[in-house]
Amino acid sequence: MQLYGTEITSPLLLGTAQYPSPAILGDAIRASGTEVITVSLRRETAAGDGGAFWQILKDLGCHILPNTAGCHSVQEAVTTARMARDLFKTNWIKLEVIGNPDTLHPDVFGLVEAAGILTGEGFEVFPYTTDDLSVAEQLIKAGCRVLMPWGAPIGSGQGLRTPDALRSMRAHFPGTTLIVDAGIGKPSHAAQAMELGFDAVLLNTAVAKAGNPALMAAAMARAVAAGRDAFRAQPIEPRDMAAPSTPVMGMASL
Amino acid sequence: MSITIAGAGVAGLSCACELARAGFAVEVFETAPSLDENGCSRFAGGMLAPWCETESAEPEVLELGAMAMDWWAGLTQVTKAGTLVVAPARDSAEVSRFASRTSAHREADIDALEPALKGRFAKGLFFAQEAHLDPRRALSDLADACRDLGVVIHFGAAAPGPVDVDCRGIAAMDTLGDLRAVRGEMLMLRSRDVMLTRTVRMLHPRFPVYVVPRGDGVFMVGATMIESAGWGPITLRSMMELLGAAYALHPGFAEAEIIETGVGLRPAFPDNLPRMTEIDGTFYINGLYRHGYLLAPAMAQRLARRLLKEKRFDNHRQRRTA
Repeated sequence: MQLYGTEITSPLLLGTAQYPSPAILGDAIRASGTEVITVSLRRETAAGDGGAFWQILKDLGCHILPNTAGCHSVQEAVTTARMARDLFKTNWIKLEVIGNPDTLHPDVFGLVEAAGILTGEGFEVFPYTTDDLSVAEQLIKAGCRVLMPWGAPIGSGQGLRTPDALRSMRAHFPGTTLIVDAGIGKPSHAAQAMELGFDAVLLNTAVAKAGNPALMAAAMARAVAAGRDAFRAQPIEPRDMAAPSTPVMGMASL
Repeated sequence: MSITIAGAGVAGLSCACELARAGFAVEVFETAPSLDENGCSRFAGGMLAPWCETESAEPEVLELGAMAMDWWAGLTQVTKAGTLVVAPARDSAEVSRFASRTSAHREADIDALEPALKGRFAKGLFFAQEAHLDPRRALSDLADACRDLGVVIHFGAAAPGPVDVDCRGIAAMDTLGDLRAVRGEMLMLRSRDVMLTRTVRMLHPRFPVYVVPRGDGVFMVGATMIESAGWGPITLRSMMELLGAAYALHPGFAEAEIIETGVGLRPAFPDNLPRMTEIDGTFYINGLYRHGYLLAPAMAQRLARRLLKEKRFDNHRQRRTA
């Protein structure tokens, strides 16, 4: 998978929030084999620096994808992205513009506007969006080469609510890197996203809030690998009637 | 000869107390002008809630913290009324999650435990064995107990040289490389309308909040957890989260007065567990994170046991007088 020219092998991207401790976070990242971790800038910069925590993240040796989590306006998101670039020395930005505080539904209008501003400034934008194809078109027009539609509301763990829409998205953007971001609760959800042909899955809560985050991270890694293999292997089409799996010719006559 | 301790927060004074009880002469140096100026210990919640804490903490927190209630009860007023855990209806899955991660709880009869919350929450958990204290009173009582044991506490004074025991909290970042700050913000409310008798935790996927009654209608509401070493004033967002949660717990808090806000930096190691580390002859007790009052007694006893084995401190013992 190419993320703006960077070759990434693992199709699992992990968030770094809500873990019981940085030590457990580190265990989970290592167990997952992930190469890209997201970092929330907003809260950590409340009034100073999150230096020690960021150092722990940097020491994990992953690519860092800063995000604009919690931003509710274009201006907030753009400012946060600029701060992130200064701090992490990367042009990558996971762009979140939140439209509703309860559902954390993306504000797709603000998202397209912010994406345009940021790509104009040389950012490589990973937009957290819905599965709406026309919004996705606008994001591509704004310069995004990666799209990250939600599977379900952030942190809900509901799995893919609209698999048909996600399948359409895959078909509609065959050459764009597509990552399911948000809503994954269990490995089966992550596998399903990969079976639809998505390039990767980004999740956080499902691992961070599991009773054993490192074990869940390893399970997720196996699930995305299985899902990716399944997509490449070209699964059979479901059918209404049974199709015997053993030859019917030459049955023994008793 | 005295054992010298840097820091008169809950860690430093607990260590002073246990060392004095073990027969050592002890001197404490605190750079703040008084106990009232202390950062972290002053803004603590004062919950002695080791069972609730295991929701996100390692089992060691429960092992170390179980003795804290009796330890503090010998020094200050401890309210053994348990902890009530509730969640708003739409987040009731959080109660099941919390129950599965913790022990020593039962389904709460909310109406009977806290009549003020009657009908407000469908489901809750009750941790009957837990307790709370008023951290400011506890710290003051602890300092008095130390003085009664012959401990000398110097305020507004850094230690003149290297100390034997370093309990400076986050200030020890200068020596302890992997110590980090986790910012916590809290506020104090005074309400004439809401009556609560025990700690109430309200679960929420984004900002879990606890309310601890301090008596006379005063409640401590806390606390945020932010990976930051910034010591600036509480932010609007944090205050909104805390106030929103208090209001959701009981609308009567709408008329409460906000009598204080506070910010502290919790010192934490990467595993969020406390440590005793010896560096160049100094014992560092640090990393108490969000468990200062809960874990300081056990860490202090661990230190005392250790120093009793150190030959170089043999001449620091004082003859105990009745």
